[in-house]
Amino acid sequence: MAPTLDRRLLCAAVLKDRGDMLVIAGLGAPAWDITAIGDCDTNFPLWGGMGGAAMLGLGLALAQPRRKVLVITGDGEMLMGLGSLATIAVQRPDNLAILVQDNEHYGETGMQPTHTADGVDLVAMARGAGIARTLLVTQPDQLDSLRAAIHAPGCLFALAKIAPTREALVLPPRDGALLQARMRAALLGPEAYHQL
Amino acid sequence: MPADTVSETWPEQIYDLFRRHAIRQVALVPDAGHARLIRLCQADNAMRVVTLTSEQEGIALLCGAWLGGDKGVLLMQSSGVGNCINMLSLAINHRAPLPMVVTMRGDFGEFNPAQVPMGQATPAVLQAMGTLVHRADRAEDVAPTVDASLRLAFNTFRPTATLIGQRVLGAKTFGKD
Repeated sequence: MAPTLDRRLLCAAVLKDRGDMLVIAGLGAPAWDITAIGDCDTNFPLWGGMGGAAMLGLGLALAQPRRKVLVITGDGEMLMGLGSLATIAVQRPDNLAILVQDNEHYGETGMQPTHTADGVDLVAMARGAGIARTLLVTQPDQLDSLRAAIHAPGCLFALAKIAPTREALVLPPRDGALLQARMRAALLGPEAYHQL
Repeated sequence: MPADTVSETWPEQIYDLFRRHAIRQVALVPDAGHARLIRLCQADNAMRVVTLTSEQEGIALLCGAWLGGDKGVLLMQSSGVGNCINMLSLAINHRAPLPMVVTMRGDFGEFNPAQVPMGQATPAVLQAMGTLVHRADRAEDVAPTVDASLRLAFNTFRPTATLIGQRVLGAKTFGKD
């Protein structure tokens, strides 16, 4: 059966009452999604670096062990960084959660199918890499438990099958230096500008 | 220090620099030339060693590290530089400090033909992606060059690379000397 989950409702559900959670979004629709829910200093939407979102999350999670870090990215972006699942599993970051919004398509380039449309199972790959806690979400009534799993301690790989819809473009700031500086200031205070 | 002592201790000198610069995350794909430095970093509880499946993971990792206030370095062989090309966009776009220490292959007395194309292209490829590149071809130049590259990265917010020449490392000969 074709996935019916709405990507913006999914995003709103996982970001509800997020507290001091840090959020990285992979390039394309996930970046527009988190911005549509609400842009803020602790959002880090990517405009490039395809395949790097999960590793960016790992670096941030290791640097800020007391904060929860959530990476929201697409199936195409995750497929380009499959090796990072192994690297992350080996590091076992307690505070990192990855959520793949899997619409089985490359949304920004004309909706060509990705490998997940042909049955490639990213949850099985994450489990095979050694990420013990995984979650497959296909129904709206699972969203509360997905949110709870993201906030619970322990590395998490979750994948939500979403409908391949195109939503209104809500663009985050394009200046990468600004995006970095605002999160560093939110985390480190004024010292962020003088770190040596 | 006498030259023969320096030629034996440059990995220890790089490690001391990492400590002095408060490096917290050490991302790497192993290379024989980095083996001693890797062992020293692994034995240090103040450093998190992250072994990667591909070097480009390290670029993204270190951008995330800096986002959270951690300083990091990427250790790799020259062939790994090719794997980093597009991901270096992240460091440029966000102005993230990204020091790399690259052990050269395909360089001075190489035995393996497959190492030559990427080895020879390494400085040009890095420079094409906005990286400041410095080379050390003598053991006594390694530590000052790594120190300068670390300072350039963290003081001026950009990718930098120290290329350690094969003349320092010695060419791998597969027992065919």
